[in-house]
Amino acid sequence: MNELLALALAFPLVLGALVVVLTTSTRAALFGFFAFGLFLALAWVALEAVDVALTEAAIGGGATGLLLLRLNARLHRKVSLGEPAGPRLRILAGLLAALVALALGGLLLALPEPAPSLAAAVVEPLPALGIGNPVTAVLIAYRALDTLLEIAVLLIAVVGIRVLGADRGWGGRPVPWPTAGPSPALVFLARLLVPAGLVFAIYLFWVGADAPGGKFQASTLVAALWLLAIMAGLAPAPRTGGGWTGIALAIGPLAFIAAGAVGLAATGSFLAWPEPVAKPMIVAVELALAASVVVALVVLVAGPPEPEAGR
Amino acid sequence: MIADLLTLALVLAGATFFLAGTVGLLRFGDPLSRLHALTKADSLGLGLIALGLMPQADSLWMALKLLLVWLLVVAGSTAAGQMLARFHLRREGAADE
Repeated sequence: MNELLALALAFPLVLGALVVVLTTSTRAALFGFFAFGLFLALAWVALEAVDVALTEAAIGGGATGLLLLRLNARLHRKVSLGEPAGPRLRILAGLLAALVALALGGLLLALPEPAPSLAAAVVEPLPALGIGNPVTAVLIAYRALDTLLEIAVLLIAVVGIRVLGADRGWGGRPVPWPTAGPSPALVFLARLLVPAGLVFAIYLFWVGADAPGGKFQASTLVAALWLLAIMAGLAPAPRTGGGWTGIALAIGPLAFIAAGAVGLAATGSFLAWPEPVAKPMIVAVELALAASVVVALVVLVAGPPEPEAGR
Repeated sequence: MIADLLTLALVLAGATFFLAGTVGLLRFGDPLSRLHALTKADSLGLGLIALGLMPQADSLWMALKLLLVWLLVVAGSTAAGQMLARFHLRREGAADE
């Protein structure tokens, strides 16, 4: 990569991180975090890791940032970020950080040329799955258990959000987003973006087999579109304990575990993909996972259920 | 050659609009003027940059995708500008009462 471009991307990254750490206002820290996420995604693109860049932009910067922004808005009162650290602690932390950076830089420079790699051995058996994008193939073949546990973590987070809701709100919907009527510009934007975004999400989901993309990025996009429709008053927020919300949340992990059991019966190891039906099985599991991720993200951002005004 | 010159001229013009919009954002006194400077200049600047990159695209589809990106960003930033202005006016109204 061009050194000048690398520097141009690294500088705003460091600046964004400094803003997040040094600012005393939670809102300023959040906007610093958004800018940091954006530049981190650009840096991944520059490193030719487009899959990682898409995930960073969608989940790391976008969804996490939105979650924090929503939290900040719902806290109602100003939250202090605590007493600033004293000079001695600052110097110590700075020294430790510099030490870690130096050690990492030294290790990077000490790498033999060319660096040892298992990439060739890893990629070699992948064509049997019928997936052209090695990142997707590694995630679903070698790291299937990690992918399964990732969705489990999302589910646990959803359970946590529901536990936070008041008893009276159980079975209800989260607080409506716009307290007043939504702005006509927002309604127009939602009407325009939701259909266009859905087409792009389906493309992103499908193209993940052969190019950067995949279910996580596509699901985040669908969740963002759904939230946009909720904010514009065009779609309802998911109801807690509602039948289909629960089904959508459970179907992903259940389908994944079922596929793992099929693998166990057919080949003798859990989450192994039996070769002739590997591709259709993977697509089915990914579709189920996508449904769960969409609902989980929407529930996470929308927040715990609240007692409804009319009930 | 002509395509490269066209790209150079259009992208430079686009960058100038971005610069002007940023200066406006930093220098103008009230929120509505700042918003005006930012959204208008950025929409036009991005349009010029997208237009300037079109001659460099490998295929007609790629060029059309650039156009689509510009249209989507314009829709998004225009709506965001409207919403920010509305929020500002509502808050001013609440402060006056």
